[in-house]
Amino acid sequence: MTGLTPNALGRLVPDMVNGRREAPFQGVHGHRPAGRKAAPAIRSAADYPASGDKRVASLVEALEACELRDGMTLSTHHHFRNGDLVGNMLFDACAKLGRRDLTWFPSASFPCHAPIIDHMEAGVVHHVEGSLNGPLGDYCTDGRMRGLGVLRSHGGRWQAIQDGEVHVDVAVVAAPCADPFGNANGVHGPAACGSLYFALADSLYADRVIVVTDHLVPFPALPWQIQGNNVDHVVCVDRIGDPAKIVSGTTEITRSPDRLLVAEWTARFVRDAGIMREGFSFQAGAGGISLAFAIYLKEMMKQAGVRARFVRGGSTKYLVEMLREGLTDYLLDGQTFDLDGVASMRDDPRHQATSPFTSYNYHGKGFFGSFVDVVVLGATEVDVNFNANVVTHSDGRLLHGIGGWQNCLFAKCTVLAVPTMRDRIPVIVDEVTTLTGPGELVDVVVTERGIAINPRRGDLLAAVKGTGLPVREIRDIQREVEQICGGKPTPPRRGRQVVAAVKWVDGTVLDSVWKVER
Amino acid sequence: MTGVGEAGHRGARARSDCWVRVELRDAGGIDLAVQSKVDAMYGDAVRRTCHAALDALAVRHAAVAVEDQGALDFVLAARLETAVKRAGAGGGATFLPDRGSGAAAPPARDRLRRSRLYLPGDEPRHFVNARLHAPDAVILDLEDAVAPAEKDAARLLVRNALRMVDFRPCERMVRINPGDLGLADVDAVVPENVHALLIPKAESAEQVRAVDARADAARRAAGLRVPCFLVPIIETALGCFNALAIAAASPNVVALTIGLEDYTADLGVERTAEGRESLWARQTVVNAARAAGVSPSDSVFSDVADLEGLRAAVLEAKALGFEGKGCIHPRQVPVVHAAFAPAPDEIARAQRIVLAFEDATRRGLGVVAVGSKMVDPPVVKRALRTLRTAEELALVPPDWRTDRTPTDDAERPAAAERGGAE
Repeated sequence: MTGLTPNALGRLVPDMVNGRREAPFQGVHGHRPAGRKAAPAIRSAADYPASGDKRVASLVEALEACELRDGMTLSTHHHFRNGDLVGNMLFDACAKLGRRDLTWFPSASFPCHAPIIDHMEAGVVHHVEGSLNGPLGDYCTDGRMRGLGVLRSHGGRWQAIQDGEVHVDVAVVAAPCADPFGNANGVHGPAACGSLYFALADSLYADRVIVVTDHLVPFPALPWQIQGNNVDHVVCVDRIGDPAKIVSGTTEITRSPDRLLVAEWTARFVRDAGIMREGFSFQAGAGGISLAFAIYLKEMMKQAGVRARFVRGGSTKYLVEMLREGLTDYLLDGQTFDLDGVASMRDDPRHQATSPFTSYNYHGKGFFGSFVDVVVLGATEVDVNFNANVVTHSDGRLLHGIGGWQNCLFAKCTVLAVPTMRDRIPVIVDEVTTLTGPGELVDVVVTERGIAINPRRGDLLAAVKGTGLPVREIRDIQREVEQICGGKPTPPRRGRQVVAAVKWVDGTVLDSVWKVER
Repeated sequence: MTGVGEAGHRGARARSDCWVRVELRDAGGIDLAVQSKVDAMYGDAVRRTCHAALDALAVRHAAVAVEDQGALDFVLAARLETAVKRAGAGGGATFLPDRGSGAAAPPARDRLRRSRLYLPGDEPRHFVNARLHAPDAVILDLEDAVAPAEKDAARLLVRNALRMVDFRPCERMVRINPGDLGLADVDAVVPENVHALLIPKAESAEQVRAVDARADAARRAAGLRVPCFLVPIIETALGCFNALAIAAASPNVVALTIGLEDYTADLGVERTAEGRESLWARQTVVNAARAAGVSPSDSVFSDVADLEGLRAAVLEAKALGFEGKGCIHPRQVPVVHAAFAPAPDEIARAQRIVLAFEDATRRGLGVVAVGSKMVDPPVVKRALRTLRTAEELALVPPDWRTDRTPTDDAERPAAAERGGAE
């Protein structure tokens, strides 16, 4: 049993995670790294075919050529979201080779990866370090996984690889388009998904890199988002993903009137607080409220004759339309959610694919996420001190990964746009079940019952004075909702066993996820 | 007793609702099995409400199963009562949960009725947030939005919602069913401070008076001193011909409205976007309402995605003389309000007329003129009405007479400038 230490925000966190000694969270900017970055072994072109043809017949063969051993760490990426076929394909191959106790280090997992549970039960996979939800999330929160889950942000995953906290032995990059040398991109081919940059760190730092594709083109595959110079082997298969589940043909805006109201108020806040001005920037994802927010804001920008310098996506056709209509100079895109987004990234040089390094990595010489003027995010819970939870349900079960959420908190103005309740479950609570974002970085909570501004942001409070926006104390909104729900909810019973660790952007441990007793 | 009753909705899609099965038994006490999505947070509260309901309905021995998808207390209570009654128990007993603080908001005869938002009476999940969309009125609908087999369930749900859900500052309306079913609706809901009853398929003054009398009796029995207003809906050719008598049937009638789906069905024609087939009926309703001194209100606009079409429809309704519009989605509400609001040039014109009128009165002049136009008293009256609406909507400040900004200086009131009429 590992020891538990209270961190700077009083959360009990494990000292050891999967055999590594971990530092507890020391404040938002408290931890300073030392030492040098990790680096892969030096290779020689003498060991690679001068013809540039690195193809091998199968994934099994490629893994053998990589000298896969028991206990190694393998990574895959979530560019195909719930349509990914390569994650399961990889561990089927490992099972065929008789390997055991492997660590899966995905950039995110999805419900389609439920078969990994069988591989964990069979001993092929020891544990998963990456976002866990659906059946995998339950497997972890039920305390059945052998190792601890480790939840990291997209920026935190780059940091962990770069700092040598996680060493990837074999990275497997599912590529919608690749050439025999290993250059790869996500903008061409039947499984086109946009960019492949969640795999960029792995391609730079892993010992071995395998590209798996279902759309091989002769050299050069351009753009070379993943450079063949970092790639060991190329494997061609029939299918790497289910296009229908990778990007949607059309992006749906929420129809919930309450969520639309939240989105509208968020846009009005951004406008009336003076954030929406010539040359500003904003980030809004593809969540229902964020998407609707972008649509409301677009209309307001048109009315006011205001243009953005850049918009940060998760891109959708709505952001692409803003780019085409000249409402923003650039679209900086971390991941692409629909076919319009993919086509735009492929064809329009102003639609730039960005990696977690440029946008999010905290252990670099800055990152652009910190100077986005306003970012609109979701959350499952917010507490009265503006701390927020995005990884677990209110009952403690793992719900989804952190994604870029933590990294985005550093924007100049961070807005959580959330409904005040989900069915009978209040969203504003006394204390979050799982701390994912410290309240000092959360500036505004917009709900359908009013807008709560963090008292630390006197400037924002002053900016919206007299605008007619429904600004309220966060506790006041909480009281109203608890009255509707029939009183304060019973506080969750915390389990006794830590099943996962939530990392901060600097690699320290922000909180623990506890086993949920059924 | 051995009856079985079920109520509510099952499965993950039944958000904020629950499903209840009550199997009456002769012995063995209450065997309660609760499966709740919110068990960790509100499981105890759910069980408390179940026991309180069964107790109030005098159910002593039963197997009760509850599948809860996060239903609020007023929903849970209504589903339990419905299931018990469907099982054949409960008799005349009711389970009335404690009233919430919003239940006592008083009715008012004179108030804005630009938008009235329909809420299907058997779908509780939209109730608690309805007021956040700021319609002038909410309508808890027991009629067309409720399947015939669920009328009993919706009635109890709506009754409980009126007790426990805060709808302030909206006007609290209920659309009852036609005929005897509707009179039974009145008995159930009027004691819960309904501000106005919508009477569907109104065809005669007697029909309105029957509802009025029943509401009056229910009101008195409940010790309510406030009135319960009525809004008849004209939905047939016969209703059109009797529109004036219907509008004038009771002093409690505050508005007259029209239902175009039923009306066009009655005529046997398609309902078109242009609405030529219903122009006469709509004009009839406007005229009958005005003749009776009540507010004319238009039908609903059924394409919730077409907000531009809605805006055009409201402008047309406004031009015909309507003062309100039914809404079937909250996103329609701000569009309706904006379209009914006086336009800036309309306000500016009204301000010039009123200033000229007041100036002429001050000077003891009998004739008012703006520019080269004579202004008749009805024009002044209309201008005053426009400005009253504009003030209510905060489109002009209350001190607009001294605040020069809204009026265009180039067109200052002629009476003030020239000291007299032409």
